[in-house]
Amino acid sequence: MSADLTTDPTTDLLAIPGASEAHLEMLRARLATTAERDGLLDVAYRSIDSPLGSLLLAATPAGLVRVAFEREDHDAVLASLAEIVSPRVLRAPQRTDAVARQLDEYFGGARRTFDVAVDLQLVHGFRRDVIEQLRRITYGTTQSYAAIAAATGHPRAVRAVGSACAHNPVPVVVPCHRVVRSDGSIGQYLGGTDAKEALLALEAAA
Amino acid sequence: MEPFDSVVAEHGAAVLRFCRSRLRQADADDAWSETFIAAMRAYPDLRPDSNVRAWLFTIAHHKTIDLLRRTTRTPDPVDHRTHDRAGADGIPEPGDAVLRAALDALTQKQRDAVVLHHIAGLPYAEVGSIIGSSEAAARRSAADGLAALRSTYGRTLTERDH
Repeated sequence: MSADLTTDPTTDLLAIPGASEAHLEMLRARLATTAERDGLLDVAYRSIDSPLGSLLLAATPAGLVRVAFEREDHDAVLASLAEIVSPRVLRAPQRTDAVARQLDEYFGGARRTFDVAVDLQLVHGFRRDVIEQLRRITYGTTQSYAAIAAATGHPRAVRAVGSACAHNPVPVVVPCHRVVRSDGSIGQYLGGTDAKEALLALEAAA
Repeated sequence: MEPFDSVVAEHGAAVLRFCRSRLRQADADDAWSETFIAAMRAYPDLRPDSNVRAWLFTIAHHKTIDLLRRTTRTPDPVDHRTHDRAGADGIPEPGDAVLRAALDALTQKQRDAVVLHHIAGLPYAEVGSIIGSSEAAARRSAADGLAALRSTYGRTLTERDH
């Protein structure tokens, strides 16, 4: 074609038609589908809008492995998942369709429990016992850090329970927001105390 | 190791342009897909100090050659620049194994310089920054690499002189 295209190879490559953003998005979606089919998609993620801001959802083939608030920095969370779980990470919404829909229902007051597989590979030992315990706290109720500590068989490990809650990899879905201080004050929350108050208010109203 | 998604985001467009410079669109899309699936498969084993862009373009280079061999179609003049099509961009169209063997016989820097400049079409300044050489050294590596390939094939290769 025109001679000036031959003078600079970068210009040449950039001039090749049709490499639109939309087309690349289509290819990336196709890549995710193929990777899923070939068993290469170790971590599939998406982000969703919620009343608490953007939420990152990440799932392994075993289940939901991470829910992250915006303030945790989604890129940093993905980088951490790449290090700890697998670098084979792709944006692929299909795998988290069910939890995305259920979260939508939950925030709309139309759902009280989550019916999705959860992969707790990011938590070990005592913290995992705590997370398992949290899953038993009923919608609309709260328990104290001390009560959770007692339930795990380590009644003096109140601070460690607080730490375990602060490191809950799947907040909202595993309801660490339902754990409050014995004096009734709200306590810390991964997503910020405002988010914790909002969740407790939502559940109280429903 | 960064998430593979970041690799796709960062290099996806450039790899697609590269594939399209050598193949018609549907084949280029296939080459792109095969490149990134192969890359994703191998990614966890990639050495941390590897040059990801050069590694990707090397895979893309092989995939485009595979597709050129699989498809007997000639490049579509509407979709493509008329200069430097397959076979004229520094690498002729021998069997992939022959080419791979010839490329493997080069030093790492020669191979990277030849692939990144003559195949990926990157200017020497960028090739140099990727392989950790000066622009002049990258140009020399590519020239040495081409000379070695030339003696391997015993045929004249078209030099793209920039």
